Amino acid sequence: MTTATDIDRKSLTEYLLRLGDTSLILGHRLSEWCGHGPVLEEDIAMSNIALDLIGQARLLYTYAGTVEGEGRDEDDFAFKRDVTDWKNLLLAEQPNGDFAATMVRQFLIDCFNVELYTSLSKSTDTELAAIAAKSLKEVTYHRRHSGEWIIRMGDGTDESHRRVQRALDDHWIFVDELFETDALDAAIVAAGIGPDLKSLRPAWDSMVDRVLAEATLTRPQTDFPRSGGRTGSHSEYLGFILSDLQFMQRAYPGMEW
Amino acid sequence: MTVVALDDKRREAAIWDLLEEVPDPEVPALSIRDLGVVRDVRVAENGAVRLAVTPTYSGCPATAAINLSIRDRLLRAGYDNVAIDTVLAPAWTTDWISDEGKRKLRDYGIAPPVGKAADEGAGRGTLFGADPDVPCPHCGSAATEKVSEFGSTACKAQYRCMDCLEPFEYFKCI
Ligand SMILES: [Zn+2]
Repeated sequence: MTTATDIDRKSLTEYLLRLGDTSLILGHRLSEWCGHGPVLEEDIAMSNIALDLIGQARLLYTYAGTVEGEGRDEDDFAFKRDVTDWKNLLLAEQPNGDFAATMVRQFLIDCFNVELYTSLSKSTDTELAAIAAKSLKEVTYHRRHSGEWIIRMGDGTDESHRRVQRALDDHWIFVDELFETDALDAAIVAAGIGPDLKSLRPAWDSMVDRVLAEATLTRPQTDFPRSGGRTGSHSEYLGFILSDLQFMQRAYPGMEW
Repeated sequence: MTVVALDDKRREAAIWDLLEEVPDPEVPALSIRDLGVVRDVRVAENGAVRLAVTPTYSGCPATAAINLSIRDRLLRAGYDNVAIDTVLAPAWTTDWISDEGKRKLRDYGIAPPVGKAADEGAGRGTLFGADPDVPCPHCGSAATEKVSEFGSTACKAQYRCMDCLEPFEYFKCI
């Protein structure tokens, strides 16, 4: 297995946590819909997608623990880190809002994940490549699901069109962060472990534009992009997510069931 | 050398036969062997068994149950030294479900995967890909429609037959 040869363990661990955190937080958000979906089929769909994402996070965390070599496992990463230690994308932690907002958030990340995992499946790190190849099959289904909803709602009634356009406008400030890179990304690219995130943008743009056109929606502009998730600067929402996600382990440390 | 190899094969075949008796926890009509998740079986001369098992979906809750069921069945057959390695690559595909497995699915009322995941245009790979034509497992009618891409378990979608009007599940091609 090729691991951590051309890159130090700390950097690779950090990179894996960035990936895993976005999967877990988005999966947790979707799980909040369980029992509240607009129709039974969508309740089931969102729970299934949540399961895939949480499963992907588990694989990434488990591998991060192995690379780190300090004995931390998936539960340590999920339950025993505070807000500033989390490296997920800000988009993933945004509230569910209405169904249109959830589908817009999902679609923007699904399109990103398809490009990201396509590239990571060719990683020089064989374990990450295996996780990515498996995840790619799943996120491709997710994108198909969210993409169809964007089209159905955008090209639907005046009300659904208005809501999905509003959700797009509201979430667009978080889009640039998806493709933002820093020194860690540069090291990852240099080691052949992951792609230059900026290079994923043309394919992402092309897929998103195609769906928005079909959905009769207008691509928003933003002069005020937000970022900071990858370095631990989060919106106020993440703390509330963690207080829910981590409650049992915080109240009863080490509990098992 | 040849004799030893033959013994190896015989020992492995005995394990594969036992795996045929381990039902999938979520689709009990299928055996673990039919599902294609067991990728490798090795049996040492002292009876130590080493299996390579791959998960179906990343978040499939059945993965742990599958490993437990395998251990349980092998233990009851006297194999008390069993190691199970989880392998991720190559990723599991419904192309590995045996023909026998596909027949069992249909008999159980679940439409088996249509086509091969490895083929282009299986409908999965592209956002705008067409849905496959899924024949009704109850009456065989081709007049069916997709209700939802997701179903009661990660591996299934929900369909409806326009002729016999029965709902049914489709084992997604992945
Ligand atoms: Zn029918």
